[in-house]
Formats: sequence, C-alpha cells, structure tokens
Amino acid sequence: MTVKQTPLLVALLLCLSLSACSQQPQKTDQLYLALGAQAGLEQLVDGLLLEIEQDQQIVHHFQDTDIPRFRRLLIEQLCELSGGPCTYTGATMQESHTGFQISQADFDNLVTHLMTVMQRQKIDIKAQNQLLALLAPMYKDVVYR
Amino acid sequence: MKYAALLLLALALPVQAGSKIIATGGATSIEGAAGGGIVPWAVINGYASSEQWSVLAFNNNVGVDDFSLHTYGVAASYNNEWELSFTRQQFDLDTLGGDLQQDVIGLKYHIAGELLYSQLPQLSAGIQYKKHRNFALPSAVGAKDDSDIDYYLAASKVYFAAVAGRNLLLNATLRASRANQIGLLGFGSHSDNSYQWLVESSAAVLLTPQLAVGVEFRQKPNQLDFADEQHWRDIFAAWFINKNFSLVGGYVDLGRIAGFSEQQGYYLALEATW
Repeated sequence: MTVKQTPLLVALLLCLSLSACSQQPQKTDQLYLALGAQAGLEQLVDGLLLEIEQDQQIVHHFQDTDIPRFRRLLIEQLCELSGGPCTYTGATMQESHTGFQISQADFDNLVTHLMTVMQRQKIDIKAQNQLLALLAPMYKDVVYR
Repeated sequence: MKYAALLLLALALPVQAGSKIIATGGATSIEGAAGGGIVPWAVINGYASSEQWSVLAFNNNVGVDDFSLHTYGVAASYNNEWELSFTRQQFDLDTLGGDLQQDVIGLKYHIAGELLYSQLPQLSAGIQYKKHRNFALPSAVGAKDDSDIDYYLAASKVYFAAVAGRNLLLNATLRASRANQIGLLGFGSHSDNSYQWLVESSAAVLLTPQLAVGVEFRQKPNQLDFADEQHWRDIFAAWFINKNFSLVGGYVDLGRIAGFSEQQGYYLALEATW
C-alpha cells in the first residue's frame, strides 16, 4: 500500500466504525426539495412556532426571544442542513442554548411538534426521517447546557 | 372482558402522557419489561421523559397449539430512567389440563445512551424476580427451585431513515437465567443448576411513527431432562394508536414445550398508558 492511499483507508475505516458517513451534511439538495424548498421550510417553521406557542412546558424558554430573528435563522439553518442554497449565520447550537436549562422533556416536546407539523404538511416520510436524522445529534448541544 | 376494561380505562382517561416521542416506550413483553413481545429492550416503558412519571396497565395473550399464556400487570417509570413492573402469568395447559402461574417483579435502569439522540445505543440493565405460584408440577418434572432472579443487559437504538426511508429499531439483550420455559417450569434442575447466558434480539421497522413491524428471537436454555426446550421466535405488528393506547399482534413459534412439538400461534397484547 502506498502512503497516498492511507488517508482514504483511514477515512473509510472511520466511516465504518463511527457510521460518520450518515451523519455528514447532505451533498445534494434532494432533502431541501423534498421539504418543499424555501416555501416549505417557511411553512414548517411557522407551524412549529404555533405549536411552541401552545406548549406551556416549553414556551417560557422563548419569552425573551426575538421571534422574527429566530424564525429567519431557523429557516436558514434547516435550509443549509437539508442541502439548500443557504448559509446559516446564527450561533452554534451549543452557544445558543447554554443557560436555558433545556430538559430532555423539553427537547422531546419540540421533536414531537416537528413531527406533527411535518405530518400535517404531508412531507414524504423518508424526508421526515432524514431531517430527524440530521437534527437528533444536536441533542447533546441543546439539552442540559 | 379484560380488553373492554382496558379500553374503557384508556378512553376514560385520555390525560396527557409524558413527553417522550410516540412508540419510544416500546410495548410490554410477557415478563412485564418494556420491549417487544418476548424480549426486553433497553427502552423505559411509558412516556415519562425527564422528571416525569408514567404508569401503565397491560395484558398479553399467547395461544399456541397445546398451551396458552395470559399475562397481565401494571408498571411505572420515572425520568426515562427507572422502570418497575408487576406481572402475573397464567399458563394454561390446554391439552394436558390445569395451569401454571408465576409472578414477575421487574426492575430496569437506563444506564447510558439515548434511543433516538445519541450515537451510543441506549443501554439498560434489568432484573426479573420470578416466583412460581404452584410448583408441584415443575418440581415433579425435575425443576430445583420455585423462585429465582434473571439478570439482563439490553442495548437499543433507532436508526433514522435506514430502511426504505423508514426508521429502524435494533435491539440486543444478554440475559443470565436459570429459568425453565421462562420460569413457568421452575428454575434450574437437580443435574444442572448454573446460570446460562442467553442472547435475545429484535428488529423493527417503523412504517410510520405509530406503526412498527418486526421480528424477535429469544435463545432458551435446555436444563430439564424430561423434555426439550427450544428457542422462541416471533413476528409482530405494533400499532401505537396514541400515547395512551397500543396494540400488538403477532405470530409466535415457541418450538417444543413439555414434549409437545411445533407450538405455534398468535400473540396479542394491549396496553394503556398514562
């Protein structure tokens, strides 16, 4: 084996051992399109905001939040995550959630709301699950920070 | 009748369940632990997320050629961390006549990992204290004890969009046990009274967030001389109607039991959760 091949092999092994492959950002805009592109993401985030507003358990976390800015950044983030033509300009998940004392129950509620809204919008189930796959690992940066 | 009572209870009390995502409390296995039908999983029963409580009532029924098993019980969980269950099992010897009964007290602790959110699978450890209620028959066929404790370690994880865009749940459980036919024929024997390590596993695909289909396998020991004991298998469909009510139907293959071979039949489980 030549030296040149080694990094590729290491990358492949890492990929297999950590299943890092599936965690990487989307390289195509397939998911972005399946979520309904810009209009679909706006509808998704608006639906999510309505669910949050009605959830007594988590709504207090948003009492000092600039909602229009939060909305814009969340759309931007989902757009970038799903492979759309956007660049997320907000803080890291860890930065933006530190100090909020977000519990696992709060996080679970938000995931449930997201699932509800995606189902309501009749987003393809594969796209729903792909988006959840991208968001689930954020748990460690959001909860109990 | 029990179904009707459970259904009424579930409909009469459509109060909020906990925060956990639907289906992530699993169903309740025949020994009372959250899991599939015959295998305990690492998931904690009910929908209690952090600092929440959940309670549930369940009834499972298995009907194979010459036997039927009816189990019912109650369970509770706290903080998505602790799970406690009380189960009574009644095993009817439909062809031979008579029945065997056993009580199971189960305790499970969620050690690490999060089913949905971490790369590490969710890991839990559990014990099942089993006490036979009419030991004459098991004793007569060579069982040594009328009570014992099973110990198990379970790992469960959901892989998103893994099978045709559907989420996949994989579970592996390692159990140490001396139970003959899960304890219905007592524990150990006079010739072999050592614990055995047994492998159990399940795989399920979530066709939708509320509907899962899956398969299970449970390795069984073979300690009694009077009759061979074989591994168990099943296929199942689980419908999580809402966070208060779930229904599981399946087909089980329990192999040879007490000399009767090819024991196959239905599995039906109902659960109400608050």
